[in-house]
Amino acid sequence: MTTISANAVVPPLGQVGRVTQFRVALSEWTKLRSLRSTRWSLLVGSVLAIGFPVLFATVLSNRWSHLSPHERAHRHPLDVALSGVQVAQLAIGVLGVLLITGEYSTGMIRSTMLAVPKRLPVLWAKAGVYALISFALMLPAVLIAFFASQAILGRHRILQISFSHSGVARSVIGGAVYLTLVGVFSLGLGAIVRNTAGGIATFAAIMFVIPPLLNVLPSSWNNAINPYLPSTAGQAIFALTHGSDTLAPGPGFALFCGYTALAVAVAAILLHRRDT
Amino acid sequence: MIEVYGLTKDYGEKRAVDDLSFAVRPGVVTGFLGPNGSGKSTTMRLILGLDAPTAGTALVNGKHYREFVSPLHEVGALLEARSVHTGRSAYNHLLALAQTHGIPRRRVDDLIDLVGLHDVARKRAGGFSLGMGQRLGVATALLADPAVLVLDEPVNGLDPEGIKWIRNLLKGFAAEGRTVFVSSHLMSEMALTADHLIVIGRGKLIADMEVDEFVQQASGKVVRVRSPQANRLREIVMASGVAVSSREREVLEITGLTAAQVGDAAAKAGIVLHELTPVQVSLEEAFMDITRSAVEYKAVDVAPSRDRAA
Repeated sequence: MTTISANAVVPPLGQVGRVTQFRVALSEWTKLRSLRSTRWSLLVGSVLAIGFPVLFATVLSNRWSHLSPHERAHRHPLDVALSGVQVAQLAIGVLGVLLITGEYSTGMIRSTMLAVPKRLPVLWAKAGVYALISFALMLPAVLIAFFASQAILGRHRILQISFSHSGVARSVIGGAVYLTLVGVFSLGLGAIVRNTAGGIATFAAIMFVIPPLLNVLPSSWNNAINPYLPSTAGQAIFALTHGSDTLAPGPGFALFCGYTALAVAVAAILLHRRDT
Repeated sequence: MIEVYGLTKDYGEKRAVDDLSFAVRPGVVTGFLGPNGSGKSTTMRLILGLDAPTAGTALVNGKHYREFVSPLHEVGALLEARSVHTGRSAYNHLLALAQTHGIPRRRVDDLIDLVGLHDVARKRAGGFSLGMGQRLGVATALLADPAVLVLDEPVNGLDPEGIKWIRNLLKGFAAEGRTVFVSSHLMSEMALTADHLIVIGRGKLIADMEVDEFVQQASGKVVRVRSPQANRLREIVMASGVAVSSREREVLEITGLTAAQVGDAAAKAGIVLHELTPVQVSLEEAFMDITRSAVEYKAVDVAPSRDRAA
């Protein structure tokens, strides 16, 4: 560490701009890219989204001759291609929580609120920047996952499906859309809970714990509730087909957008009202 | 200019700030004094819009902090609690804050050089020592060339060189006509830096006056007298409003009379005096004296006691 300058002359600053939504977004982009934890989470998310389909395609190709006809009939190429989405949502969701709770746990939130005392632009900027980054990384990831897994399966001439086949492009791109929404949804949860462990637990409970728990209920109840859960509605976005117990992609997308908007709206109200 | 009117803040049952009203004028360094836990940090957080007051208002240059369009240019703040993400470098921390106001990168470099963090600017702030963290906090406060400085315990953890630097900085800022509001629980530090004092205890205003006035008010009221006829002198001066105490034989401490009055009284009665001294109270003692009743967490007497064993 060099020593402090002997005389305390602070150089004057010519012009200082006003705080704008765009400037806050630029600041949030700097914050996001300057943390090792975010870079790692995004890298891991991308690797998982591509790695699992490649792994599963390889295993299926090698074991295909040992599978029963019944088993073969139940394998679908899109399930392989989008298997990474199921795993990557964990990385994207946890990072979404961390982006906001990390500021509370370190005290950075105070610096942030002093710079942007109107507060809400920070939430919009965080959600917007994270949505853009997630989509920019996850879209290529799911596309690579699709074509890579198809190429591997294609060498054994099994489970082939064309990207132009009805609903395939929508499903693959839907995987990236789903992950993006998961990111914003979890960011909203993090802003509500303001605590890393609590935020991740809430996210995991809503997405992974509650859905299987509903199997305990009478199946008529379960069937009535299940399609409208955030996780089920969200996964309808990238499901190729839908049955009686799941929503069609359009309504599923709309409902999951609604849940995401609700989480962010509650976060906004609390952020505006609560002491920092 | 900072103006606070009837500021009150409750945290649950506990009242942290209790009906505070004061003004911090530009052009002088105003010290904000009080024992630990007296509500200094809370008051500053209320001024900075981080917490919302239960009652009353706090205005900076006539506005609520939350109304500013360029808040960092209006007020530079250093909070006592760390306000930096531990995983981010000092450079990126300052850059992210600068970007909210469209401040160029050059300014970030300038400030890093100014506070002497050049060699560690690219390292994670989580590894910083207390002093380095404090320097980063000062750089953050100065980032947008603010008109008002609000600093909570800025010399905490700084080495003597750094403390002197902060002192000069504050005085320089005030000399330029800016407003400087700086808290401390150390009277001695304020004695060297502040021109004006606002003293609080248990969230209430105790004093709002010039530093000189503060010392004067507490000093000059006690006169120490040494005399072989101390007992006779005690009988003579004892009157209403006068208190006499004696810590050793032949020495009296008289409160409520000036040295001249005591001397005259002794001469009239033919009492020999060996010493007659107006007792000078230091700023430290004046502070202790004035806040004694307001100290919330008194140190517990740790001397072994028979009661405890019993």
